[in-house]
Amino acid sequence: MRYLIIAAALIATPALAANTDAGKYQAVLGDCAGCHGKTLAGGVVLQTPFGKMVTPNITPDKDTGIGNYTAEDFRKAMKTGMAPGGKRLYPAMPYPYYAKMTDGDVDALFAYLRTVKPVKNSVVVNQLRFPFNMRILMAGWNALFFKPGAPATSRGDYLVNGPAHCAACHAPKNLFGADKGGLTGGLLQGWYAPDLTGDKTSGLSKWSKAELVEYLKTGRNAHSLASGPMAEAVENSTSQMTDADLGAIATYIKALPPSGGSGGGVDKADMQMQAGLRVYRINCAACHGMDGKGSAIFPPLAGNTNVTQASAETSARMVVAGGKGAATRAAPTGQAMPGFGWKLGDAEVANVLTYIRNTWGNAAPAVDAGLVERVRSTKQ
Amino acid sequence: MAKLLPKRDAVIIGLGWTGSILAQQLTEAGLNVVAIERGPWRDTATDFNIGYMQDELRYAVRKDLFLKPSTEAMTMRNNASQTAMPMRDYGSFLPGDGVGGAGVHWNGHTWRFWDSDFQIKSHLDHRYGAKKTAGLQLQDWGVTWNEIEHSFDQFEYLCGISGKAGNLGGKIQPGGNPFESPRSREYPNPPMRMSYAPTLFAETMRGQGYHPFPTPSANLSQAYVNPLGVRMGQCTYCGFCERFACGNYSKASAQTTILPVLMKKPTFEVRTECEVLKVNLTQDGKMARSVTYIDKHGVEYEQPGEMVLICAYALMNVRMMLLSKIGTAYDPVTGKGTVGRNYCYQTSSATRLFFEGKHFNPFIGAGTLGQTLDDFNGDAFDHGGLNFVGGAGINCVVTNGRPIGNRPTPPGTPRWGAKWKQATVDGYNSSMGFSAQGSSYPVRENYLDLDPTYTDRHGRPLLRVTFDFPENDLNMSHYLSDQMERMAKPFGARIAVTSRIKKGWDSVPYQSTHNTGGAVMGNDPRTSALNKYLQSWDVPNVFVVGASAFAHNAGMNPTGTVGALAFWAAEAITTKYIKNPGALVHA
Repeated sequence: MRYLIIAAALIATPALAANTDAGKYQAVLGDCAGCHGKTLAGGVVLQTPFGKMVTPNITPDKDTGIGNYTAEDFRKAMKTGMAPGGKRLYPAMPYPYYAKMTDGDVDALFAYLRTVKPVKNSVVVNQLRFPFNMRILMAGWNALFFKPGAPATSRGDYLVNGPAHCAACHAPKNLFGADKGGLTGGLLQGWYAPDLTGDKTSGLSKWSKAELVEYLKTGRNAHSLASGPMAEAVENSTSQMTDADLGAIATYIKALPPSGGSGGGVDKADMQMQAGLRVYRINCAACHGMDGKGSAIFPPLAGNTNVTQASAETSARMVVAGGKGAATRAAPTGQAMPGFGWKLGDAEVANVLTYIRNTWGNAAPAVDAGLVERVRSTKQ
Repeated sequence: MAKLLPKRDAVIIGLGWTGSILAQQLTEAGLNVVAIERGPWRDTATDFNIGYMQDELRYAVRKDLFLKPSTEAMTMRNNASQTAMPMRDYGSFLPGDGVGGAGVHWNGHTWRFWDSDFQIKSHLDHRYGAKKTAGLQLQDWGVTWNEIEHSFDQFEYLCGISGKAGNLGGKIQPGGNPFESPRSREYPNPPMRMSYAPTLFAETMRGQGYHPFPTPSANLSQAYVNPLGVRMGQCTYCGFCERFACGNYSKASAQTTILPVLMKKPTFEVRTECEVLKVNLTQDGKMARSVTYIDKHGVEYEQPGEMVLICAYALMNVRMMLLSKIGTAYDPVTGKGTVGRNYCYQTSSATRLFFEGKHFNPFIGAGTLGQTLDDFNGDAFDHGGLNFVGGAGINCVVTNGRPIGNRPTPPGTPRWGAKWKQATVDGYNSSMGFSAQGSSYPVRENYLDLDPTYTDRHGRPLLRVTFDFPENDLNMSHYLSDQMERMAKPFGARIAVTSRIKKGWDSVPYQSTHNTGGAVMGNDPRTSALNKYLQSWDVPNVFVVGASAFAHNAGMNPTGTVGALAFWAAEAITTKYIKNPGALVHA
């Protein structure tokens, strides 16, 4: 019996290897590890507006993973949100985007997932609040919001709206957690994923295509440094994509129509601006510079659209709790910003953010101390 | 019974500068490495938070980042006729603690010892005759300048040292140090921008015919990406450098130069808060098998390794060898044995100038914001008519204007009260200083061994330091004090005060953390514990890397040479030793 298995393995290996390489790359594109963990055994907690979800085990373990799935089962789960036995997945699993994936890519991913080390890890996925914990509701959700889109018109369109599921974070959501459309920025797990359109106040209008590729590949460029969930996305996913795919993504994103922008600015004479300057001078200028230009190591704040989003959630979180930048092979430093929450009060943070959002050509609405207080209370 | 762990290619004791460099180089060569570090993990943004790193009371006065005597103390005495007593607090020197070691809290002066240092005995004998150095235990290091120059270069480019070359391939460069040995290329970054005190110092010294130049600095004059791709920031001249960690990624340390890359490697692991108790040898004592360590829960482990690299602080390296019986302990009576031999320190004095109407703004400071002149260092000047060998670098470095520690007052000022307060206000901004950091040359009676009485928390004997300033070094230092007194005159200061060192080393006031020797490298196994590759003569799968390998101490800070020795040893291991394990030099 053992000999038979070895013989079978020998025969199967070459074809399998080719397919698993392709499948492994699909896992990179889809950033499976981002939610399902480095070993893919799940157990990662996702905080949603509807309660807590814990990501499932997708290793080939038969009891606790997806070892009993057929390729057909997997395709159905990935593209329609329907698991074996008629169990409806929640769209935290980004099947609305994966629906765009070709069957070939999904099958390759499945072939790869068969080869990862099976891990026994039983996970209680659904820890949502009532009534959201009733999976049957997803039938209605799908009927309302699940619209498998048109076939991709370009490789960039395919990647961004398919496997890489950029909109899962970067698109605004409606009350039901469904995309309202457009990559104009969205709030997720306490971070505001910024506007990716070409808008002049909050979008990527100043980024060249090459700079966007550099950012996705290395985690940094002259305008910004990936941190928070994007640092993970860069480390696990975009830094490992091929240059051709990064180019395709950049081309697609650079062609997005401008959003409505950040929503206006604050006058220099404003009290918050004056107070914010004082806080900035003492706490921020040493690294980010009085000119807001940063340096080769510290990201600029001038023209950094991460700080001029309609919502200041991400910037407030950075100031209160700090954050670690992406560390990639090409840019391994992983420089981090220390938290100032122990030192600065809510109003001080709000003032300095207002100042940063409206100096050196930046323009974005003033920040309210209430937002900072909220961020502080949900510090992760 | 210690829990036996799976064998590694290399076990490193201590993850400071040398441990990190060796781990990086050995993992690059494909080896599987574990580092065992007594202190905690330390990370820039988390542990060196820029928002409170400038807490002078916590870090400079209460010494938060340093080794605590409750973890490991030492005993000291000035000579063998005395009974050594434990230091209850570290004062004269301050060993580091935790990942990054003393490389976290250093000032960043990054020197290359000279050609004439590595061959000090041959050089001085040739120039002055052997009689000149009789009574000193000077000896050549075994390695030559041409062999090790590229290792200095590797360390400087790793760190992004900011300076000005004085000798490029034998060609003297204007603005640099004309006395340095030839270097293969310029520093990776330009010098720091000078504030008023070093500017005035340089002008006045140049006016007297001397050759001041910017002190080579591991505080970075500009942002830098090192050869590993790690980014560093520009120094902000905050003045919280020595005794502090840098929250700004602008002082070179293991954290800011190597660890981001090293920690990601699957072939590397660090175990922090784990103290190595000893290196275990095979029955015949000829090979190291493993190290025994104890974790913070008191659990003992045995970590086997193909080789053991002892990379702790210089004094701890020597103690680890003595505790593990690697090599023979030095006996000052017979002069036999090598472990503990040639312990050296630093012999320093300083000049302080108090002016009227000058404003030095010492709060603009950095660990290495300054100017140096080497006209009286090493053998840069003729010692023919002098009663000593050696010398000192004269440094005008504005490290800080910190409010608790920096209160210069002229002699005669009361030690407390309103007059003292007024004098500190007057002196703070209107005074400047420069100092002679002098060489320390080995003599038979200065050495390290295990204390016969006092033990640490694990019951192991403490290290005993037997040291006093030898005649040669006192003569050198007094000569330098004379020179500085003379050099101070043209400054036109209201008051100039020059200190003079005295016989009777005192371990209480801070002097220098530059402890060297005790496990020195050399050509002769009778006088050196290590061969020229820092490999133990006695146990060839043990390398001992650090200032412990210095055969003497020069009038310079040791870290540059320590870093070079780490690269030098790593190169020997990766290009020679792993291909053919065994003694790299046959005596």
